[in-house]
Amino acid sequence: MTARGELSLPAQRRDFVPALLVPLVALIALPLVGSPSTWVTLTVAGLAMGMIIFIIASGLTLVFGLMDVLNFGHGAFITVGAYAAAALVPLFAASLRADSMILNLLALLALIAFAMAVTAVLGYAFERVIIMPVYGQHLKQILVTIGGLIVTEQLIIAVYGPVQIALPVPTAFRGSVIFGDVAIERYRLIAVVIGLVIFAAMLLILNRTRIGLLIRAGVENGEMVEALGYHIRRLFVGVFMAGSALAGLGGVMWGFYREALTPGMGMDVMVLVFIVVVIGGLGSVGGCFIGALLVAVTANYTGFLAPKLALGSNILLMALILLWRSRGLYPVAKR
Amino acid sequence: MKILAAILSGDPPRGRALTFLLLVIFISLAFAPLLFHGSESLNVAAKICYFVVLAASYDLLLGYTGIVSFAHTMFFGIGGYGAGLALYGLGPSWSSILIGTAAALVFAIVLALIVGLFSLRVRAIFFAMITLAVASAFSILASQLSAVTGGEDGRNFRLPEALRPGFHLHVGPFTINGRIIAYYLIFFAALILFLLMLRIVNSPFGRVLQAIRDNEFRAEALGYRTVVYRSIGNCLAAAAAALAGVLCALWLRYTGPAVTLSFDIMLDILLMVVIGGMGTLYGAVIGAAIFVLAETYLQNVMAMISHATAGLPVLPLVFDPDRWLLWLGVLFVLSVYFFPFGIVGRLRAHR
Repeated sequence: MTARGELSLPAQRRDFVPALLVPLVALIALPLVGSPSTWVTLTVAGLAMGMIIFIIASGLTLVFGLMDVLNFGHGAFITVGAYAAAALVPLFAASLRADSMILNLLALLALIAFAMAVTAVLGYAFERVIIMPVYGQHLKQILVTIGGLIVTEQLIIAVYGPVQIALPVPTAFRGSVIFGDVAIERYRLIAVVIGLVIFAAMLLILNRTRIGLLIRAGVENGEMVEALGYHIRRLFVGVFMAGSALAGLGGVMWGFYREALTPGMGMDVMVLVFIVVVIGGLGSVGGCFIGALLVAVTANYTGFLAPKLALGSNILLMALILLWRSRGLYPVAKR
Repeated sequence: MKILAAILSGDPPRGRALTFLLLVIFISLAFAPLLFHGSESLNVAAKICYFVVLAASYDLLLGYTGIVSFAHTMFFGIGGYGAGLALYGLGPSWSSILIGTAAALVFAIVLALIVGLFSLRVRAIFFAMITLAVASAFSILASQLSAVTGGEDGRNFRLPEALRPGFHLHVGPFTINGRIIAYYLIFFAALILFLLMLRIVNSPFGRVLQAIRDNEFRAEALGYRTVVYRSIGNCLAAAAAALAGVLCALWLRYTGPAVTLSFDIMLDILLMVVIGGMGTLYGAVIGAAIFVLAETYLQNVMAMISHATAGLPVLPLVFDPDRWLLWLGVLFVLSVYFFPFGIVGRLRAHR
């Protein structure tokens, strides 16, 4: 933090109101749901789903913030990540099925690492081949990334077929942990932990490292960063690969969450991801985090209270937020 | 010639090859029942007709206004469900078609206005994402409200007597059955709608839309309220898409989420418009014709290649008849890079 000397700028006013939305929604839901144990289960499930969506959406929103590129093909990385992990499952079958927490965790981490590596490489190729020729042209970007999505999805169908593939959760993460009369699925706890770790790592990198400083500066004013002698293009390729890898990680976690993969899963998740990114404010990681939790938690409560409304609740939430702040919760300054 | 120019709103195809191609498509569609035999080819012809309207209305948004919407199938579906559910619920009469169409039009326009109000005033890129979300919610809604819409199964319904296959009209020595009457109803409706859209894009209003597409800031500086123009363009496109949905429902005698609302159809329309040529309505005609023909016949060709290359690695896999969309996807990406004005732009350049 800057020293409060004569050179320090006036501190930016922190905007905490959006951060209070998630607890607020949870509190409103408590009396409506009635039973506290059900409420805890619902909340944890919502948080787990929200974390997965956040992991996927954060890459998208950073890429947009930094380079003004909206990648509609982001969903392809979700699918590819999940299928890459599934392809490696036979190799680790023994350790995944073993009844040992450590072995399971190691195997899971290996799957995740492989999926992230594959999607990062794919992200590099995607950026070079698909996106680079159309910088600064929004319309073409949307079209071309959609084209990339179609081609990737079709290639996956060509290799794996259009049918659903099972992806069972490792043995040790199955079942629930019981606290009193509250049952929480283990895998959901794992998802929350991984999500929090990623969020913390992201905040640390963005706020405490030189690269993070450059990324934030690039989001604020890319030309100025260039003028100071940094290659924003190189930075961008790195962020794009990281974003793709995060989508791959999200895909693996989503696959385990659903315990099944389909070639269209990426696109299905992307609908939620777009809602989250719009709610959070395009380009804002913090907004994305709050948006993801808000969407997932709200969807879970309405799914329990009024199943018929559940599908509309996301749209309704988005409409309300946009009425309140028409550029999302944390609008990025210049956009 | 003057009359022809007036019919085409002073916007002729330009380019000999293009004119020829369009004439071939027009004549094949106009005389489809005489030229081709069998219900399969008549199905293809009718499908081209209503997809021309749908793709052209999408081009109104994408090519002329420069906004990407993923909710176009939603409006298509509203039209299909409007006509379909009215025929199902009120009985097979002409008045129920009219009531259903009118209701669908009003609903589509109001919905387009609401979605536009939320997203068009901020950024074009918001619009793409928000329409995607709204459209997916709508399609889930349509399959959930099974009491009204028939859910995933959709609804089969009967058409007014004159449009049924069993109906025969004797004109001199010829006998025309109801299916052919239905085809011509769709053909002429599609033709009129297409010419109407051609009129719109060549009107002063259409010019303003193009000005906004090319330079929004300048258009605003000239005193045009861009949000108002965009919203009207959005509503017009939605209305035209709904009418295309009515035509589709009339031909299929069925309406359901898979044929009108699915995201796959949205991608199909996108492919049609981009491959045919954005920013010109003739592109929509060519794109729709090529796409529907490819969907129906390319698979046969690919099956042949797949058989011929059976011994080789990988090749039979990518030439599998079910992979036709893969090839169109590749073609789509290539055409965005290399032929931004699609086939039409290509043909016009080589005049």
